[in-house]
Amino acid sequence: MDFERHAYDVVVVGAGGAGLRAAIAAHEAGARTAVVCKSLLGKAHTVMAEGGIAAAMGNAWPEDGWRVHFRDTMRGGKMLNHWRMAQLHAQEAPDRVRELEDWGALFDRTPDGLISQRDFGGHRFARLAHVGDRTGLELIRTLQQRTVALGVDVFMECTVTRLLTDDEGVTGAFGYWRESGRFVAWEAPSVVLATGGIGKAYKVTSNSWEYTGDGHSLALQAGAGLVNMEFVQFHPTGMVWPPSVRGILVTESVRGDGGVLRNSAGNRFMFDYIPDYFRKETAETEDEADRWYDDKKNNRRPPELLPRDEVARAINSEVKAGRGSPHGGVFLDIASRRPAEYVRRRLPSMYHQFKELADVDITAEAMEVGPTCHYVMGGVEVDPDTAAAGVPGLFAAGEVAGGMHGSNRLGGNSLSDLLVFGRRAGAAAAEHAAKRSGLVALAEEALTDAARAALAPFEREGGENPYTVQQDLQQTMHDLVGIIRTAPEMEQALTRIAALRERVAALSVEGHRQYNPGWHLALDLPHLLVVSECIARAALEREESRGGHTRDDFPAADPEWGRTNLVCSRAADGAVTVARRPLPQMPPELAEVFEEAP
Amino acid sequence: MTATAPRGTGAVTPGRGDGGPAPRRATIAARTLRTDRWWVQPLVTVVVLVLFIAYSSFRAFQNAYYHAEPYISPFYSPCITTRCEGDSFPEFFTGPAWISPALYILVLPLGIRLTCYYYRKAYYRSFWLSPPACAVAEPHRRYTGETRLPLVGQNVHRYFLYAALVFNVILFYEAVRGFRDETGEWGHMGLGTLVLLVNAVLLFLYSISCHSCRHIVGGRLNDFSEHPLRYRAWTWVSRLNARHMQYAWTSLFAVAFADFYVLLLATDTIQDVRFF
Amino acid sequence: MTEPGEPSLGGTDDGRGSGAGSGGGGGYDATFRVWRGDASGGDLQTFTVPVNEGEVVLDVIHRLQATQAGDLAVRWNCKAGKCGSCSAEVNGRPRLMCLTRMSTFAEDETVTVTPLRTFPVIRDLVTDVSYNYEKAAQIPAFTPRPRDPDGNHRMQQVDVDRPQEFRKCIECFLCQDTCHVIRDHEDNKRAFAGPRFLIRLAELEMHPLDVRDRRDAAQDEFGLGYCNITKCCSEVCPEGIHLTDNGIIPLKERVADRRYDPLTWLGSKIGRRRPS
Repeated sequence: MDFERHAYDVVVVGAGGAGLRAAIAAHEAGARTAVVCKSLLGKAHTVMAEGGIAAAMGNAWPEDGWRVHFRDTMRGGKMLNHWRMAQLHAQEAPDRVRELEDWGALFDRTPDGLISQRDFGGHRFARLAHVGDRTGLELIRTLQQRTVALGVDVFMECTVTRLLTDDEGVTGAFGYWRESGRFVAWEAPSVVLATGGIGKAYKVTSNSWEYTGDGHSLALQAGAGLVNMEFVQFHPTGMVWPPSVRGILVTESVRGDGGVLRNSAGNRFMFDYIPDYFRKETAETEDEADRWYDDKKNNRRPPELLPRDEVARAINSEVKAGRGSPHGGVFLDIASRRPAEYVRRRLPSMYHQFKELADVDITAEAMEVGPTCHYVMGGVEVDPDTAAAGVPGLFAAGEVAGGMHGSNRLGGNSLSDLLVFGRRAGAAAAEHAAKRSGLVALAEEALTDAARAALAPFEREGGENPYTVQQDLQQTMHDLVGIIRTAPEMEQALTRIAALRERVAALSVEGHRQYNPGWHLALDLPHLLVVSECIARAALEREESRGGHTRDDFPAADPEWGRTNLVCSRAADGAVTVARRPLPQMPPELAEVFEEAP
Repeated sequence: MTATAPRGTGAVTPGRGDGGPAPRRATIAARTLRTDRWWVQPLVTVVVLVLFIAYSSFRAFQNAYYHAEPYISPFYSPCITTRCEGDSFPEFFTGPAWISPALYILVLPLGIRLTCYYYRKAYYRSFWLSPPACAVAEPHRRYTGETRLPLVGQNVHRYFLYAALVFNVILFYEAVRGFRDETGEWGHMGLGTLVLLVNAVLLFLYSISCHSCRHIVGGRLNDFSEHPLRYRAWTWVSRLNARHMQYAWTSLFAVAFADFYVLLLATDTIQDVRFF
Repeated sequence: MTEPGEPSLGGTDDGRGSGAGSGGGGGYDATFRVWRGDASGGDLQTFTVPVNEGEVVLDVIHRLQATQAGDLAVRWNCKAGKCGSCSAEVNGRPRLMCLTRMSTFAEDETVTVTPLRTFPVIRDLVTDVSYNYEKAAQIPAFTPRPRDPDGNHRMQQVDVDRPQEFRKCIECFLCQDTCHVIRDHEDNKRAFAGPRFLIRLAELEMHPLDVRDRRDAAQDEFGLGYCNITKCCSEVCPEGIHLTDNGIIPLKERVADRRYDPLTWLGSKIGRRRPS
């Protein structure tokens, strides 16, 4: 077949924070680099990040340092994080933030003129570098402008459907232009996956249509493993009303800046949900919690700022107990606690979002919020130092990579993760490409096969509409593999997923190849299905509750499971298998960090 | 930073992939699909400005009834002829009597308003129809904006501002003279005094709220933190600047009314209301 | 679709619901006219489609896609007004579909949705916005001064406030779409970068760390002079950025400093003002 073909050293799939940072690093290391992204450049899901970039720069609190950040991250992840990733992340984040300023980023400032840092759930000190509540936009724009200034080639609105490999590892990638439906193949010894997450497997999600687990699925097909897939983060505060905006994120900064959660009786119920694990550092009374905002030294944090998994579960319980808000959430109230002017200044895009989307003035009334699928901790199993996946030439960074966040991610650690591991992945990919340059070639049969598979939905007639299948999958995951899980439900989910796989294989799309969203969805669905299966299988296997994985039938954390990772891989026949793997052992000098005073 | 790779084409390629010529725009015949009455605003602007121009031209050429002790019409102030009896203002100019002194004077206020960033918007939209309203097609085949003469001359706005500030001082001076009575004794105030005062204030606000003024007092700086006073001034002018449009219209009405009031007094149509 | 017995997180459809009736009361059938076609031609097609309480235009477009026109092309991402993907023209006005609430229309009002007119159409509501990416690539890149000895950059909040406003831009390109300079004159696209990139230049000009002078480039290469400040860009900006007052006009004034103001030019020559 006749395809558009390109040759590069490094192809980066995805143009969010991790992808662009990887592209910059690969380019600076001398590699011919291309970025391929499903949307227009600058629209990636990173723009949705609001709170900030966690980095122990010590601008607000000189006591802060990488060791404290490391400890917070590990504790937030319930010690299931890959220690080395958490260490590199905490050590390198400050430099990654500073270099953004060299590329034009404009963070909010301290009175000394340094980068201002804000408080966030699970972080001992105020350490989130931010720009109002639109930090993600600042990050993506800065990296986008840097990428363009360097002259990296960008393939916009172009979807990768296959990774191409031979016995030696990666040889390239295959995809299609969304606009024309024409196929395109890239020959490249290194591919960096930076495709983000899987949120579109769930019904209520803060994620956009792009989050269909492409990178997870591509890695699995290429022979890499996925680790920690059972851990899905439900952000505690998504919008719940009106229905059309359900799931859209309400930033944690609302709570960091004084907002509190109340049930229908008006109680700050979070005080009833403080786990022993965090009791020492959490305020016991409303008075102490309120004093904390002004005097952080002598008071403990309000329980509203506990890690996300704790807050999400608490909201879930309140609603289940019948103490929810009219539309099935709880109240997030900043209106009665802070002056309107303060709210508008500190949370401009939240103010704007509620005003525009829900016609609610958050300076005058409480918001209704509830948990929304936000982030998948699990992802491609990678080497911490190089972000290399199990397949030579394959790298993964950002949300698509696993291990960094353990069982639960702290707010603000995502943007820093993108930068730290995006850069490492890009540099390592360039290094690998230099060694393999000229040694890779695309196999014609593989290309033809990929093209045939992509066109299959057009060949079939009278099949189902892809939108219906996606909806049923989302409903299944929402109902059966959601925040609270039980074995029978997950077994049922696996049965339904198997049935959905049959339906996906039979669905058909109308129209032609030019900018056809129905077709695009039909090609994304297999990714979504395999990722959903990984989540369900791993969640069924892990018989304990920890972080983003809560089992009704195993409500406690189990120390034995605390030393075990689950890795999904794909068997020769295409079935997903789950294997137990011991957690990498932390060296003693790092373990000491946990002995230090909080 | 390490050496950079040989620069790629840097092409940010949209998802066309066929390298063909840019396809054309959507075929929509309607000049606009707006459903609101978008033509109301430009129409109102045209009507009001035409009325003002007609009135002010008539008064400028009339060369009479611009003075009624102790008041002088803003169109004719400062009084640069010998016609204003009792005028203590120095005689700057005595040209041929048939040329109305207003013509010399009005050129400068006309200049600031013609080059004003707000009025440009107003008349480009309503008179030039370029565009008549947002997302409504303009009727011109070519458009070069302010890139060439004469419109590139709009960039001299700041010099008209300097001139206008001089006139602002004069108008305040004239307004203050309204606190004298017909015989030149201080301690008088009439409705005319108030009219002139309001006119002077509004014209002054219009001048200092202008975008050029905002730039000059501090906008051109990149380091506000090093210039706290200019930053304060910039903040203050910025606040006024947000209401530049309102000042543009109210001052226009005020100056026309002030002149009209003097006309009424000078023609003995009414008597000034005397406060003290 | 909220199941009984599951009051909590059951929720309703996520905007791609397969039909009417979800989300409780307030539902009605709306008449939509949607432009369908591609570069070779197209027309407005009429649909009757259910609308539920609290929905926005994008929800309705998604419902059309899921139930009546599976291949209806539309670009969208976040559906929360943060990414700027779902730009289109609703009743002739450039809007983000995700921020256009259905409650702003009467129930019997026909809602017309068309693609951005200024750019070539690809298919249905999707246009080829590569013009914007080409212009973005031409902007002289950010060029910072060196860091302080301790490795930090120091800037005061008052100095970053102004450029931060422009960095709120979500690149929805509605300002580019509404700007008559290129909307009504395809041939101006070569010489004119559009409001989005004029405020990008303003941002860099006001950036406290940047040391490059882009004033000549703004005028000569990016067509600042084409802008006749009719402010349609400011009117459509979903982020409420004051493109004209805070960006383009200050940039014009800075260009005037350099090109059209002999006094400022002289001042900078004799070294009173630091070169910016």
